[in-house]
Amino acid sequence: MSNVQMKRHGISYTKETAIDPSYTGTSAIFDQTKGLVLDAPTSGTIYGTLLNYKGALSSLGEAIHEAPYKKPPKAPIMYIKPANTVIGHCMPIPCPIDIDELEMGASLGIVIGKQATNVSINEALNYVEGFTIVNDVSVPHESIYRPAIKQKARDGFCPVGPWVVQKCEVKNPDHLGIRVYINGELKQENTTSNLIRPIQHLIADVTEFMTLAKGDVLLVGIPENAPIAKKGDYVRIEIDQVGFLENQIVAEDEVKLGGKV
Amino acid sequence: MKRARIAYSGGVHDAVEENGLLRLNDGRLVSEDEVIWLPPVQPRTVFALGLNYADHAKELAFNAPEEPLVFLKGPNTFVGHKAETHRPDGVDYMHYECELAIVIGRKTRNVKRDDAYHYVEGYTIANDYAIRDYLENYYRPNLRVKNRDTCTPIGPWLTDREDIKDPMNLQIRTYINDQLTQEGTTKDMIFDIPALIEYLSSFMTLDKGDIILTGTPEGLKGVKAGDKVVTEIEGIGRLENMIVGDSKFNRKSKVDVKESTVNHN
Repeated sequence: MSNVQMKRHGISYTKETAIDPSYTGTSAIFDQTKGLVLDAPTSGTIYGTLLNYKGALSSLGEAIHEAPYKKPPKAPIMYIKPANTVIGHCMPIPCPIDIDELEMGASLGIVIGKQATNVSINEALNYVEGFTIVNDVSVPHESIYRPAIKQKARDGFCPVGPWVVQKCEVKNPDHLGIRVYINGELKQENTTSNLIRPIQHLIADVTEFMTLAKGDVLLVGIPENAPIAKKGDYVRIEIDQVGFLENQIVAEDEVKLGGKV
Repeated sequence: MKRARIAYSGGVHDAVEENGLLRLNDGRLVSEDEVIWLPPVQPRTVFALGLNYADHAKELAFNAPEEPLVFLKGPNTFVGHKAETHRPDGVDYMHYECELAIVIGRKTRNVKRDDAYHYVEGYTIANDYAIRDYLENYYRPNLRVKNRDTCTPIGPWLTDREDIKDPMNLQIRTYINDQLTQEGTTKDMIFDIPALIEYLSSFMTLDKGDIILTGTPEGLKGVKAGDKVVTEIEGIGRLENMIVGDSKFNRKSKVDVKESTVNHN
């Protein structure tokens, strides 16, 4: 069992509890925890990292040397998932009326514990509170030349949770298996050992130019071949030692944000 | 009315402008020099526009975009009036961008352009600094160029919507050390205020306190440590900012990304 911080939907305080993050009964959470809709366990800014998996970068192939990219990225390429995108565990992901397929971006979220500016690699973990799971949902898009606001910043496009597992409970965050299931079927499997910038390195390089505040979440990146989900699909993201985040894709006009699926 | 958020005598206060002075929420009347100016709205979701003035797009050798070029900024980058902005010593080209900032007043989705101004709370000024040395062609302009700590001064005032008759006809000026270096008008925006509100709210919810920085006209110049930079918009105010170097921040800059200084945004 691990200590976690979580937030019941509709209740203003955060609760500390013990859970078993290694529980892997696919999709059973919807039966086991009926009524247990959780709010996102964090309230800061959510920063995403583009192309931080070796496989994600290599899947671009020669394109990184051609226009418009011209050369491979040097510094971390960051983006923001704004406040309107954030929802919790078991809340519906709204699928826009005119869009059929969404990309499920499974990421480990590093939850920042204190204001971090220009932090060194060796000290980086001192600034971490714990870890959570984030589904960085996107409308599928090929070009990554311009910021993908219309593809990534839509309402409800960033489920976070279910909880924050405290740092001391996670043995080696640079070696965690990540699995994505759609309707119970395994669609993607990867591990944080494939990161180009491992966690401490990423924190150091990002805080060199921007301060991360307590409660902010830094996504380590999305593995290559992000699975596609459609209206009605159940999506489950598992990360070793952290837990499992489940949401259903629901047509936008049928969603009451904050409500149950 | 012009509103501000300031720190004074150990506390953070809302204040309004009164005959050139600040009337704090608790009744005290203080001068502008006695306070620390904070961003007039606490930044949450902040949008910024690239290439939203035809002349500026031309200056950067770009065709005007068919759809607004939008990026987001985080709370880390914002500072208030009269703040210091950090310029790493080793960079070649850091420039200001004087921009009209729209503050949203009410939560909304799917606004039509004819209704757009109903959702505007007011206006302020932002200086959306960029350091072009850090440009990379992924999610460009990337956060390392556009979302650096202290690199987006905003303020001093939030001016109520009712006080600005035509926000699409305001003079914009920037001065470096009191020399006029940028001059333009909001008339030249490609996507005007109603268009931007209609566009953004067509695919996401806008909330009270969200801010849209509407882009900058031509006339960009580099700044260096020691410069005083003033960005000014007619009827809205005058935002002052100081450029400081690495020593003030006890930093050694790592400049490992270099590109030429033309043809960028």
